[in-house]
Amino acid sequence: MRQLFDSDTWREIFQSIGKNRLRTFLTMLGVFIGIYIYIALSGAAKGLDNGFEKEFETVARNSMFIWAQTTSKPYAGFKTGRRIQLKLQDAEELRRQVPEIETLAPRNVSGVFGSSPGVITRGIKSGNYSVFGDFPEFTKIATKKIYDGGRFINDEDIKQERKVCVIGERTQKELFDVEENPIGGYLEIEDVSFQVVGVHKFSGGGPFDNDSDIFIPFTTYKKIYNTGDNVAWFTIAAYDDADVIKVEQDIKANLRRIHKVDPEDEKAIGSFNLGEQFKKIFGFSNGLTFLSLIVGIATILAGVIGIGNILLISVKERTKELGVRRALGATPTEVRNQILIEALFLTLLAGIIGIIMGALTLKGIDVFTQDVDLPYTNPTVPIPYVIGSLLLMVILGVLIGLIPAQRAVSIKPIDALREE
Amino acid sequence: MIEIKDLHKSYKMGSNSLHVLKGINFSVEEGELVAIMGSSGSGKSTLLNILGMLDELDEGSYTLDNVAIKNLNETKAAQYRNKFLGFVFQSFNLINYKSAVENVALPLYYQRVGRKERQEKALKYLEQVGLKEWATHLPSELSGGQKQRVAIARAMAAEPKVLLADEPTGALDSTTSYEVMDLIQKINDAGNTILVVTHEEDIAQMCKRIVHLKDGVIVEDKKVEQVRASQYV
Repeated sequence: MRQLFDSDTWREIFQSIGKNRLRTFLTMLGVFIGIYIYIALSGAAKGLDNGFEKEFETVARNSMFIWAQTTSKPYAGFKTGRRIQLKLQDAEELRRQVPEIETLAPRNVSGVFGSSPGVITRGIKSGNYSVFGDFPEFTKIATKKIYDGGRFINDEDIKQERKVCVIGERTQKELFDVEENPIGGYLEIEDVSFQVVGVHKFSGGGPFDNDSDIFIPFTTYKKIYNTGDNVAWFTIAAYDDADVIKVEQDIKANLRRIHKVDPEDEKAIGSFNLGEQFKKIFGFSNGLTFLSLIVGIATILAGVIGIGNILLISVKERTKELGVRRALGATPTEVRNQILIEALFLTLLAGIIGIIMGALTLKGIDVFTQDVDLPYTNPTVPIPYVIGSLLLMVILGVLIGLIPAQRAVSIKPIDALREE
Repeated sequence: MIEIKDLHKSYKMGSNSLHVLKGINFSVEEGELVAIMGSSGSGKSTLLNILGMLDELDEGSYTLDNVAIKNLNETKAAQYRNKFLGFVFQSFNLINYKSAVENVALPLYYQRVGRKERQEKALKYLEQVGLKEWATHLPSELSGGQKQRVAIARAMAAEPKVLLADEPTGALDSTTSYEVMDLIQKINDAGNTILVVTHEEDIAQMCKRIVHLKDGVIVEDKKVEQVRASQYV
């Protein structure tokens, strides 16, 4: 320890690694490339990860859709092929029975899934748009960015069955003039006048998004389209720590029970588990992170072994010098430590340069991909990983340095001096 | 200063054992300048290596400055070497990437002497061997005689009890040899104990006592009238 903090030790080490600069450089190259590849690769993987996350940031990660179809098995006196209709009351039952549900938003729509689109008119302008009947909870699952001055549907809208709507960007473009403020304006849905309370931003990429849609309160929708308590589908978000696949199964089992469907009937209740799909996507980038870890460690290992190898040759070359040092009073510990510190110093120096160059490369990639449409954002390597790789290098450097150090110590001064 | 009793040493060469030293009894007083002579294979280098704690004895005893030298581990041996002994080698053994003054300072480094003091002392000893102006030169820029003088300065820098010189003039021409011997004599005049291994008669005559080794035993041990090297320089 005393030796490690002694400026004389460092002078000795700089002298001995400085006398063969090319070899020192080549020695360090191995470790440098190893850590560089590790940092660049895992940073890129992280960038991809962040990119995916950004693409899907508007959607709750562990969400799913549940809808009803026709039965494929007879059950409880009903024959097969019966059409199942989800009801608003199902939502209450599901919230009670499946505690993992964080948010549940029943939805209705006209204009997609084969139903005829609503004809929306405003003065002389008109167009076909999908009309959704929604609860405010929906925005907790799929965030809607509302332009300034506007809002999404709220609880009062639901309670009072207000005739208000939130429109998409394209809807705005097509029904309103450019300089016109759509907020407070009116448009007609199925000949009923609705006031616009918000315009939502089209964020793109997310599976829920569309820019030519209209949202109205669920309760208002029910009256206009005469749907009663019918629900087209449920959008459900589970708690972050819940197992989305199990939640999905629980929900479907409950719905089968409520609607008297054979528990074995897989076709009656349809679902799309977004959480599961997310898992796959993020599984891919996790795999990439893991791969870069393996490649990085393997390359660092190869580099460190290279350092050990070169130091072994260097010790052999310096046999005589080490013998002289021993004759002049260097203890075996001092000789061993000197070789060890040399190994450690070379490893760490190469590693730190590699980390810096890797970080610069990542920065460069970040700058160049700024305007490119790639799921690639903010490539970084977490600090604990960097520290971890440095620690790994220190440990490997010391371990590999032990071999030449032991060799240096095992040389008897007399043999060293005899060697010509 | 040095007390050796019934010293035996043999080397294992495969299945054969080579008995190199066969019972040496030998002592050196403080301030002596002893030449150890003998043909190659007589055991003189082995004796010097044992005296220098570079090699271990098999049998007998070795006392240096009233300290028994026996069963030393490497660390202890290194410390004793540093404290008691100065080495001068035939091939100089300077460290080629260190300047003259850094070479001289090296034993002081292992004595944990501070850098400034080390530098001062090293320069003082370089001055004593007349090489102060060459302090910052690398060994490759020095002549053979100069290298050996740097090596002697290095051996003296640690202020050892005994200076051990193994064929100090073996790689030098006769004029430079005498210069080096002149230096060794002056160091001896100052009261230092010096052992010189040599096979050259004229070099041996410049010491105060000659010990003749033959086939691992001392065949002759005599005091001689010292020939001063300065007259040849």
